Amino acid sequence: MFDIVLLGLNHKTAPVALRELLAFSKEEAVTVLQNLQKCPDMNEVMLISTCNRVEVLLTTSNTINAVNSVKTYISEFKKIPISQFESALYVHDGEEAVRHIFRVASSLDSMMIGEPQILGQIKDAYLTAILKKTSGVILNRLLHKTFFVAKRVRTETGIGDHAVSISYAAIELARKIFGDLEGKKVLLVGAGEMAELAVEHLIRNRVGEVFVANRTFERGVELSNRFKGKAIRIEEIPDCLKVVDIIISSTGSPNFVIVRDQVKGVMRSRRNRPIFFIDIAVPRDIDPDINRLNNSYVYDIDDLKGVIEENIKDRNKESIKGERIVDEAVISFRQWYESLGAVPTIVALRNKIDTIARTEVDKTLQSLNHLADNDRQAIYRMTNSLINKIMHDPTLFLKNNGCHGDRVTYIDLTRKLFKLDD
Amino acid sequence: MEFVIIVTIFFYLMSTAGYFAYLFLQKNYLNRVGYFLLIAGFLCNSAAIFYGFLKSGHIPVHNLHETLVIVGWSIAGVFIIFQYKFNLRILGIYAAPLATIVMVFASQVSSEPAQIKNIVNNCWLIFHIISIFIGEAFFILAGGLGFMYLAQEHAIKAKKHGFFFRRLPSLELLDTAGYTCIVVGFTMLTIGLATGLVYAKMVWGKFWGWDPKEVWSCITWLLYAALLHERLTAGWRGRKAAIMAIIGLAVLLFTFFGVNFFLKGHHGEFTRL
Repeated sequence: MFDIVLLGLNHKTAPVALRELLAFSKEEAVTVLQNLQKCPDMNEVMLISTCNRVEVLLTTSNTINAVNSVKTYISEFKKIPISQFESALYVHDGEEAVRHIFRVASSLDSMMIGEPQILGQIKDAYLTAILKKTSGVILNRLLHKTFFVAKRVRTETGIGDHAVSISYAAIELARKIFGDLEGKKVLLVGAGEMAELAVEHLIRNRVGEVFVANRTFERGVELSNRFKGKAIRIEEIPDCLKVVDIIISSTGSPNFVIVRDQVKGVMRSRRNRPIFFIDIAVPRDIDPDINRLNNSYVYDIDDLKGVIEENIKDRNKESIKGERIVDEAVISFRQWYESLGAVPTIVALRNKIDTIARTEVDKTLQSLNHLADNDRQAIYRMTNSLINKIMHDPTLFLKNNGCHGDRVTYIDLTRKLFKLDD
Repeated sequence: MEFVIIVTIFFYLMSTAGYFAYLFLQKNYLNRVGYFLLIAGFLCNSAAIFYGFLKSGHIPVHNLHETLVIVGWSIAGVFIIFQYKFNLRILGIYAAPLATIVMVFASQVSSEPAQIKNIVNNCWLIFHIISIFIGEAFFILAGGLGFMYLAQEHAIKAKKHGFFFRRLPSLELLDTAGYTCIVVGFTMLTIGLATGLVYAKMVWGKFWGWDPKEVWSCITWLLYAALLHERLTAGWRGRKAAIMAIIGLAVLLFTFFGVNFFLKGHHGEFTRL
């Protein structure tokens, strides 16, 4: 019987300096998989390597040997002494390994709980293992179960709800004000990574025209070309406030760029349509008093950070539900895994044949009323010896070394062939 | 009759429970359960009114009991249409309990018909009653949406994103929905008042009798007319519109109950205890 083993390191056990030393590129991963599979005692293997974790998932008949050969191989491949990374390594086997891979894929083990990328990264790693034929019955089943669990955690808990980055939080707020963002006009004042990212998110939400105002007009033109928008001069901002709905501001100006009276003045010609200011700059660009005006809303960087903190707390709360789903899945996987032993399969197979034979014999005997009791007993005896004869070779094959070390595959096949797993 | 009312109350109560469960658990099927229970209650409610109609031969609005049954019916009916159109689920926690309370109240007051003189039963009267009640139900929904708008706006302005912020829809949707309710409600109220005037002319020989109910209905009408006018000309929307919808609701309630209890008039018999 093989054991499922997972060894690796992640952002909790290893600093980034070590993680980047051990990270594998896609091409490297292929070589690693092929070489690891050649190690003695190694059965199935796959490799997950992301910026936050490096993990090897394998099945083996000898855990200690397999773990050692993986350590040695990594050390040789990356030319790093084992002692340098050994303390950061964790090794899980059996149920703990299963739980770990479920938790990782469900993003319960991520640096930012609920981040969606990890599932895709595991899917890629699995695909590589399939293409290189280094995964088999157990890992296939385990990974399919993993994807199923991850999907369930995502849909049944709020683990991925609500933004945890500044720019997404701003978009979410805009949705709470405007509902649909389609066709809303946007003004970007200044420039900056976070502000530009927010504009990109907005464009993805199909906002209308994008205006860009910058202290240097040339830079504004450059940015507006990127967003397919229109560059305006700083002096034109007050006029622009009459038409735009969302203002993202991120300048280096020491004073307010937009003050209360400017907004108050345009509200009438805006016919009181709501206006939303997102102020990412420090010191602030937008007069906070504007928030007091009717139908205008101001969020500065601290407000947005506050929103994010709340959302993170919520995600952590939701992760408890996720852990419960993982626990359930671990139990159901264990049931399948235990059924892979030869004895349970043989028993299940015998029971199945036994039930069929008995039902059919009973049915036939009902219409043969003239038979004496002795005759009936004889028929039952014959049925039993038929069953024993039929079961003899499959039993030997599954129990002994008829399967040439690939017993799990044959047991899985038997279970499928006779539909023993309902 | 009593039995049907009790069944109606039961359905409305269960629907309320469904909507509140949806509020806390946010499972879509709970919302649907609430909706279908409300429809079931509405059908029972309709049956009760139809029975009253068969028994007396005219629309059963002859005492407070019957009037309240129609009020509950209009709130439920209008909300059913509203939810179908806007899918603004959270409003269920306002409309369903309101319909329940009105029906419970109805079942508690005496159902002895008042002694009525001078009632002529014709289509003007039916139009008058039905459109007034439906219009009022829309105004009641608009008031509820006004409350929700204020709550959501406060959450956004004060940057306190609590329980309701997550569950309430966008300000824009609340505002549009409230506006739609007021437009429809105002149209119905206008039809109701106009048919009432025609009816008054036919029965009492004059359009306008300075009856307190007439005066207050007129005040209600002017109030909503002002709100719509301001919205169309000066762009009154958002907070101001929400507050006006709530004030309108208060005046409406006074017109419906207050006038009957505190002032006298020819509508009094129908809604007095």
